[in-house]
Parts: sequence; structure tokens; C-alpha cells
Amino acid sequence: MKRTSLYQQHLNLGAKMVPFAGYEMPVSYTGIVDEHNAVRNSVGVFDVSHMGEFIIEGKDALALIQYVTSNDASKLFPGRVQYSCMPNENGGIVDDLLVYQMSENKYFLVVNASNIEKDWNWIKSHSAKFDCEMQNLSDDMSLIAVQGPKAKDVLQNLTKADLSVIEYYHFVVDTFAGVADVIISATGYTGAGGFEIYCKNENAPHIWDAIFEAGKPYDIKPAGLGCRDTLRLEMGFCLYGNDINDTTSPLEAGLGWITKFSKDFVSKNIFEGQKANGLQRKLVGIEVLEKAIPRQHYEILDMDENVIGEVTSGTMSPSMNKPLAMGYVDLAHSKIGTPLKVRIRNKDANAIVVKIPFFNNN
Amino acid sequence: MGNFPAELKYTKDHEWIKIDGDIATIGITDFAQGELGDIVYVDIDSLGNTLNLHTVFGTVEAVKTVSDLFMPLSGEVIELNSKLDTNPESVNKDAYGDGWMIKIKISNQAEVGDLLSAADYAALVS
Repeated sequence: MKRTSLYQQHLNLGAKMVPFAGYEMPVSYTGIVDEHNAVRNSVGVFDVSHMGEFIIEGKDALALIQYVTSNDASKLFPGRVQYSCMPNENGGIVDDLLVYQMSENKYFLVVNASNIEKDWNWIKSHSAKFDCEMQNLSDDMSLIAVQGPKAKDVLQNLTKADLSVIEYYHFVVDTFAGVADVIISATGYTGAGGFEIYCKNENAPHIWDAIFEAGKPYDIKPAGLGCRDTLRLEMGFCLYGNDINDTTSPLEAGLGWITKFSKDFVSKNIFEGQKANGLQRKLVGIEVLEKAIPRQHYEILDMDENVIGEVTSGTMSPSMNKPLAMGYVDLAHSKIGTPLKVRIRNKDANAIVVKIPFFNNN
Repeated sequence: MGNFPAELKYTKDHEWIKIDGDIATIGITDFAQGELGDIVYVDIDSLGNTLNLHTVFGTVEAVKTVSDLFMPLSGEVIELNSKLDTNPESVNKDAYGDGWMIKIKISNQAEVGDLLSAADYAALVS
């Protein structure tokens, strides 16, 4: 089992550690709801150093990225980030990822921890005809996500870079907490705003400690993977392995907005066919109307009790105090307002299709 | 380490039992609530039922997970802690007090001898 460079910090903070994607990771410190609320209302700090990072550099770097990802990376410029996905040859998803343009011909890809090897091999297998180099930095880089409405105020104490001008899905590379060449990225997986800080492993403990010191006036809290899941689910963000996988189409998953037909890419023809002929099923948001929590793999039923799908993610929403889920249902039952049932152990709980994101900050 | 009052009995399923004649009060241990995390629903619909040892009398739902509740003794469920409907977090805050779940009328006193002592339970979860 691997450990991140912040393992000792987690133990000192009293984290409950769990195995996740080959790493011992903190699932919670003070409690999922407490950490969730800290992120929504003030500021929380996640160690997500298990995530993978690749560099693709060279004359054909963009061409390779365009071919293996679904979004249009030609829209990027240095300082801009893009959410994207890598389709497989059957119209499923190898992984979802972030693509950063660092400079001309140099891109930085951030992938899911559980998929690092698969993604590397997948991109590599398509790289032969492209003139570019690939580098896997996953074991050398740490990632600290500082999320919440007070994140900017906390972090501004630690850098001369003007964080107020970095828009969502943009980034700068600057000195942070005295460490040179840190990526400060206005991204995250919580819908609460904030930044993600990429640094070398050897600098991670110092940067983590500096963030907590700067955050004291804001009652900054460490936040674990438990609340990362409740926060992302309230926003309807897909989690690879739950809501999207090797068999789900990005179009079915509501990721049409990152599937751009203006360029050639893996499985483009399959997605064009789906778009032309209509989808068979769709990923929808579901609110359960009873006191029971929908969880992954629970069956979704129509009002005549026919199974029409399965929950892919579910939880009790701490911000809304409602049981929420996402799941695939056949197209006929995907409209907002459609009544459904979710089979929660021995009872079929009443539910309804609702819009995603579930949670609205305003 | 953990908090395991000596006057209570325990099970491997992480329940505590307070014996008072032929009445047993049942809840989950402080260790169990810590493992489950934030508890959001306690769902018990077995009031009035006579249930055998080890059968399910309800479920407890935390944000992250769900867990069945097992009868630590055979008996009739004679009372529920209805306050848990509105304050399920009592189980997290006061597992051995306000977080109690059911009271049963014990039907087989011989089973009481098989329950764990506080020391046995502490050894089990340490």
C-alpha cells in the first residue's frame, strides 16, 4: 500500500485512513458532515496526491491529445485547463481527466489514481505516429485541494500571484509558500470554489502546514475522501468507476458538452451515431422522498415495479439533508419530474428524477 | 482507547446490552458509531415482534454506509427509542445513553451467559 507525502500530517490530525486506489488515504478526520460543511461554508483542505499526472510534450502533443480525448484541446492556451474524457474503442470511457496547457507544445494531464497505469498504456498505445514525449510524474507530485468560499483569502497570504484574477478552470505557475514553480489551479471537485495546488512531493508537507497556518483565522479544516464524495455528488459530478466506466458513453453520462465533433478522436463515429439515432439510456439525478439512502447498485424501478436501471452513486446530502442518487435509466424515464422507485433493501422507496446539479450555491 | 462501560454486556456485532431483570436495553457501541460515522437514519420497524437471536431488528444508515442491527438475545421488541427519528445523531453523541435503540423482553435467559463482558469486547476491537 502506497502512502502520500502527507501521511504523517494525516496521522497527526487524527485521520481515519482507508485503502483507496492502492494508497492509504484519509476518509475523514472530524466527521464527513463536519468536513463537508467546512468546505461549503468556509474552507477545507484535501490531500489528493494519489491522483496521476502525465506530461505530453512535443510538436505533436496537441494532435495526440486531440485524438485520445473527447474535448477540443485546441481551445486551450497556456494557463487554461479543460475537463475531458478519454473514450475507448467501443464508445466507453477509459477515464475522465483534466488537460492543462503549460506552454506551446506542452500539456499536463491529471487522471484518476485507480486508472494511472491503464491511462498511461492507453495513451502510449496511440502515440507511435505522433512526434512527442510522454512522462509519468504521478509518483513525484503531490496535489492539495483547498476548497471553499474562503480558500482564496487563505491562499492569497502565501503567494504574490493575484488569485482574484484567476478564473475557474484557469491556472498560474508561481512561487507559493516560498516554493518555486507551484501550479495554482482554480479547479476542484466540490462546487465550493477554491484552488488545487500541485507541487513536488518533497515540498508537500511544508505547503500543507503553511496552508493550515494561514487558514487558522478561517477555522480551516482537513477534509477527507468521504466528504469529497458527498460534495461532488451534490454537484452531480461523475465519479469514474461509479457513474462512468469502460461501458458508459459520455453522451449517456451527460458529458456531451465535452464531446466535440469538430475534430477526429477515438470512437467519434460511435458517438455521432448515438447522437443521430438517440440515446438508449441517460444518467439522471434522483431524489428519494423517504427516509432511506440510495446506494451504488440499488435497483431503480418504474411505478409498475419494472427494473429500469441502477444507482451508480448515492448518499445523504449534508447540504440539502436529502437522500440523493445518480443512476442510468431508460430514456422514457429520464425526464425531470418522472416518478420512480428505488429498491432500498426490502422496500421500494418513492423517488423522483430531479435536475443536476442537485445543489445550487445561491 | 475505547469507551466500554463495565456494567454493560456486548456482542461481536458491536451492540451493547443493559440487562435489567427480563428486560434488555440495546444499542450500538461507541466503537461502532465511530466506525459508521455520521448516522442519519435509524430504521426499526420490529416493534411488537418476537425475534430470534441474531435476526435483524432494524438498520442504521450513516452517510457512507448502512448496517443491519442484530438481536443480541431472543425476545419481544417492546419499546423503540422514538427520539432517534428526529435525532439520529444521538447515536454518535451518546451511544450508551440517548442513543439507545430498543428494549426487549428476554425470552431465553440462558443466552445472556453468551454475551461478552466489557473486557472481552475491548479486546475484540483493540
